[in-house]
Amino acid sequence: MIIAERKPIEEILGLLSRHQKVLVLGCGGCVTVCLAGGEKEVGILSSQLAMARSKEERPLEVVQQTVERQCDFEYLEGIRHIVKDVDAILSLACGIGIQTCAEAFPDKIVWPGVNTKFLGVNLNVGEWAERCQACGQCVLDKTGGICPVARCSKSIFNGPCGGSQDGKCEVSPDTDCAWALIHDRLTRLGEVDSLREIMPVKDWSYSRDGGPRKLVREDLELESGK
Amino acid sequence: MSENKSRLQTLFEQGEFVVTGEIGPPKSANGEGIRKHAEHLKGYCDATNLTDNQTAIVRLSSIAAGMHVLKAGGEPIIQMTCRDRNRIAIQSDLLGAYSLGMKNMLCLTGDHQSFGNHPTAANVFDVDSIQLIRMVKRMKDEKVFACGEAIKKDEPRFFIGAVANPFADPFEVRVYRMEKKINAGAQFFQTQIIFDLERFERWMELVRERGLHERAYIMAGVMPVKSAKVAAYMQKNVSGMIVPDEMVTRLKNAEDQQAEAVEICVEQIKHIRKIKGVSGVHIMAVGWEEIVPSIAEKAGLLPRPQAAGIARVAG
Repeated sequence: MIIAERKPIEEILGLLSRHQKVLVLGCGGCVTVCLAGGEKEVGILSSQLAMARSKEERPLEVVQQTVERQCDFEYLEGIRHIVKDVDAILSLACGIGIQTCAEAFPDKIVWPGVNTKFLGVNLNVGEWAERCQACGQCVLDKTGGICPVARCSKSIFNGPCGGSQDGKCEVSPDTDCAWALIHDRLTRLGEVDSLREIMPVKDWSYSRDGGPRKLVREDLELESGK
Repeated sequence: MSENKSRLQTLFEQGEFVVTGEIGPPKSANGEGIRKHAEHLKGYCDATNLTDNQTAIVRLSSIAAGMHVLKAGGEPIIQMTCRDRNRIAIQSDLLGAYSLGMKNMLCLTGDHQSFGNHPTAANVFDVDSIQLIRMVKRMKDEKVFACGEAIKKDEPRFFIGAVANPFADPFEVRVYRMEKKINAGAQFFQTQIIFDLERFERWMELVRERGLHERAYIMAGVMPVKSAKVAAYMQKNVSGMIVPDEMVTRLKNAEDQQAEAVEICVEQIKHIRKIKGVSGVHIMAVGWEEIVPSIAEKAGLLPRPQAAGIARVAG
């Protein structure tokens, strides 16, 4: 899932300073699950914003709405009538949702209300960790299901580097060494010898390095008759 | 291209116990200090490492520093990390360094930028150290760039070095990773600084079990630690290093800490020299280069041997 974190209230107030009426728009997808921008967070933030602005004696009218998924044009169509009447949208969706919103409403200012952090997993209450970097060419088959691209601080393919100590990364004692994890897991699976093979240089063109990516599936296009 | 071996490689092949030093380039655009250090080391070391923005702090480039060493009559070992350059820049620098007469290349992954003076920088790590070693080897042996395109003439023919850290974890991984580096093309190794001789000996046992000492030259890394304060600092703050408490105590109790530091380092070198499979010692003086001659002398490493067919000066 995509993990996001709400921006500090001061920053959001700064973004909205010149508006009188805004739509705080939540998303029912990932940001709801990671408690950054779902219906509940929309409610809390809206009250905070309204209170802060009335203290300043510059009242802000806040309209609240949460759509099923902000990264889907279809769901944004349904709120067109609300968007029409506000000065700006504060989107609490991930970076994808924010951009979809901006694309769907070209004449409306869309502000980001969250920082999109990473693709990750919920480990504990209030604790999330990165798991995937969407590099476009999965190597998990070779690394025991643990990703060196996302989880090694140096994204190396023939680790662990010399900075691995007691299973931790040199960058932070709070970060597991991905290659120590890979080594341990492949040992448990009886496949540790596979690490003796040199993993070749990665083709980063499948990742962001190839430029902005796009996926076209002709089978689906044909099916839909386009 | 005819075989044009480095002094370092020639000495290893002659069976000498090789001594290398290290110079950390300055945080300025002045090569004077490097030339001075190179002069200091001349006749006491067979070759000198030039670090590549070590601990991710911006410094004069390792290749430019290597040029200063060459001018001072020394033999440079250029360090090349994967942190700051992609495969295009790395190969370009390999061509450049070799064209300037540098013949030894030490390939490392590189410290993470979060340790340095630009922690907000992006890192590269397009290739890792093992992939880098293989790239340098393929340029030499297969005469191809990383993409497979032929190098039509004048390919770089580096003597390829790598690092090994017997003190990082998991312990059992350290030897197979070293073997991977040899398989990738590493011809010599310099180890992380050794303070824990007992662990180093255990590691060397594993190295010998796999016959790795017969496939590459292994140099043990040592460092004269100037004071108990520095030792205590390293114990706490330097990753991938084990500094035993006894060493800190011994320095603390010494009347003359610097003399004691030299004494400890000399003892270590003498001990290391007896370990089967160790082909040399790499002295990392880290800002205390002027002490290297006296360490080399006291450790019985002088005079430095001559390399057959290569002019006398070294450093």
